[in-house]
Amino acid sequence: MIAHLPILQVVIPLMAAPICLLLKRAQLVWLFSLIVSGLAFLISILLLQQVIASGVISYELGGWSPPWGIEYRIDELNAFLLLIISAISTIVLFAAQVSIEKEIPPNKHTLFYVLYLLSLTGMLGIVATGDAFNIFVFLEISSLSAYALIAMGKDRRALWASYQYLIMGTIGATFMLIGIGLMYQMTGTLNIEDLSQRLPEVAQTRTVFTAFVFIIVGVCLKLALFPLHLWLPNAYAYAPSIVTAFFAATATKVAIYLLIRFTFSVFGLSFSFTTIPLQSLFMALGLVGIVIASISAIYQNNVKHLFAYSSIAQIGYMIVGFSISSVTGLTATLLHLFNHALMKSAIFLALAAVMYRLGNVQLNNLHGLGRQMPLTMAAIVIGGLSLIGIPLTVGFVSKWYLVTALLEQGWWPVAVLILIGSLLAVIYVWRIVEVAYFKAPLANKVPVREAPISFLAPIWLLIIANIYFGIDTRFSVQVAQEAAQTLFGLTP
Amino acid sequence: MLMGLFNDWVVIMLMMIGLYIVIAHGNLIKKIVGLTLFQTSVFIFYISIANVEGGTAPILADDITLYSNPLPHVLILTAIVVGIATTALALSLVVRIKEAYGTIEEEEIQRQDNQTPEVKKEGKQS
Repeated sequence: MIAHLPILQVVIPLMAAPICLLLKRAQLVWLFSLIVSGLAFLISILLLQQVIASGVISYELGGWSPPWGIEYRIDELNAFLLLIISAISTIVLFAAQVSIEKEIPPNKHTLFYVLYLLSLTGMLGIVATGDAFNIFVFLEISSLSAYALIAMGKDRRALWASYQYLIMGTIGATFMLIGIGLMYQMTGTLNIEDLSQRLPEVAQTRTVFTAFVFIIVGVCLKLALFPLHLWLPNAYAYAPSIVTAFFAATATKVAIYLLIRFTFSVFGLSFSFTTIPLQSLFMALGLVGIVIASISAIYQNNVKHLFAYSSIAQIGYMIVGFSISSVTGLTATLLHLFNHALMKSAIFLALAAVMYRLGNVQLNNLHGLGRQMPLTMAAIVIGGLSLIGIPLTVGFVSKWYLVTALLEQGWWPVAVLILIGSLLAVIYVWRIVEVAYFKAPLANKVPVREAPISFLAPIWLLIIANIYFGIDTRFSVQVAQEAAQTLFGLTP
Repeated sequence: MLMGLFNDWVVIMLMMIGLYIVIAHGNLIKKIVGLTLFQTSVFIFYISIANVEGGTAPILADDITLYSNPLPHVLILTAIVVGIATTALALSLVVRIKEAYGTIEEEEIQRQDNQTPEVKKEGKQS
């Protein structure tokens, strides 16, 4: 059983999805999905323990030895990502049942869980597999279910957002497919480990260069790097709130993982950072993304829009850490990956609770909500503080590592820009605080009650994690550091 | 030189035509047509690189030693299925967009979205 954990991680949610259709009753399906997702979480914990204790796990699918057969390869980076995805998925699912009651018509509830599990499968698969073509297939599994999930939003603009995401996402995935094809043409292999050994021989050819550029652009479309982010704000704002909470915390993280995996493991550090000016390019795009997305966030009136723009800015931080291409920089990126997943899932879950009570998340409807829904709004404020990077929250830890990595290189102007980005975050978080706590409730509005416990429990679990991992950083920093060192080829 | 890369030229032309349609056309169905063309060009690319000069179809026989590479065919079979799923999903989205907006022209949809104020529209939907 233990030996088969890598494949079980992916296959259990995949098999569970069609079973949901047989169970039919929405409540039963919810419980079943929760158990399945919890099981995936358990497996990811076991995998991470195994990787830390005894190094890389290589699993041969169907007993065919790599590079001919498909290999699932789990190292620290994979295990870390698997843990983040399955943990967030499980916590978010707790609130799903109540939240979709008001946002999705009852006859679609079962289908919602089917798509949710398929999307989870796709993301887990992308991370677990060690085969380049497999990545494409899982990417499309998760994306296709994502388009359908977003289209379930009750606002009609959800349809339009989903369509736009579909066009952009398909172009991105097809770009990756072209890149993978070109690599296969040059090396005759699809196994990531094998590719990394064979690519250096043909690294000077134009074909490999083209493959690299196609893959980078394709991945950047998926991770919504500025200026390829245009699909993201509407998709996050109009999707059902639960879907937003899940995707904001995981979908772009998976794309960041792909970026790291392709640049560091497949093409290798020296190729990736010398053939095109990746460092200055990503540094510039990351910084422009931080500033422009944060400023856009300030001007939003729909709070889900506001935090969607903030997500684009946070992706900018991860890209800046990545572009430093030092162990500390990459550690900062991986830490921020973990931390941002905690903050954004907490914030979007809290917004789901607001949506549940109010029916919308327009800023001018939140007047006085700090007194009516104190626990929910407090969660948004703490999540917001974490976004800004206040000490004792996780946001501080990753920003600290990022600034340290920048100062190591002596790039203090960039560090200053990072801090300016944090100040912009203060402004958009303050807008919410001001409306919710310092404005009297509107006279013509019926006061609302605090959100039900099925929201508050997962929200506060995440908020406590936000604070806990901001104080006790041993786990997250250790895993991120070891993963970064492995990627740089240093033995931890 | 030109003829040697014949397959690549065809693939790149199809790819660019497809991509151009996706970008330039405002009609949602036409966009999907472009997207499908774009995807298909990549399928053709994969299939063409599988060809081994002088090789036959990859069916095991005693007196033949040189076969074409069957792996890209298998890969692209998967990709075709993915492509069909994408097209089907995109078309069904267009049907629902038509029901909700009464149009499938991008400009018209954006005009309608910008016209109605945010809160009123959400109230109407729920």
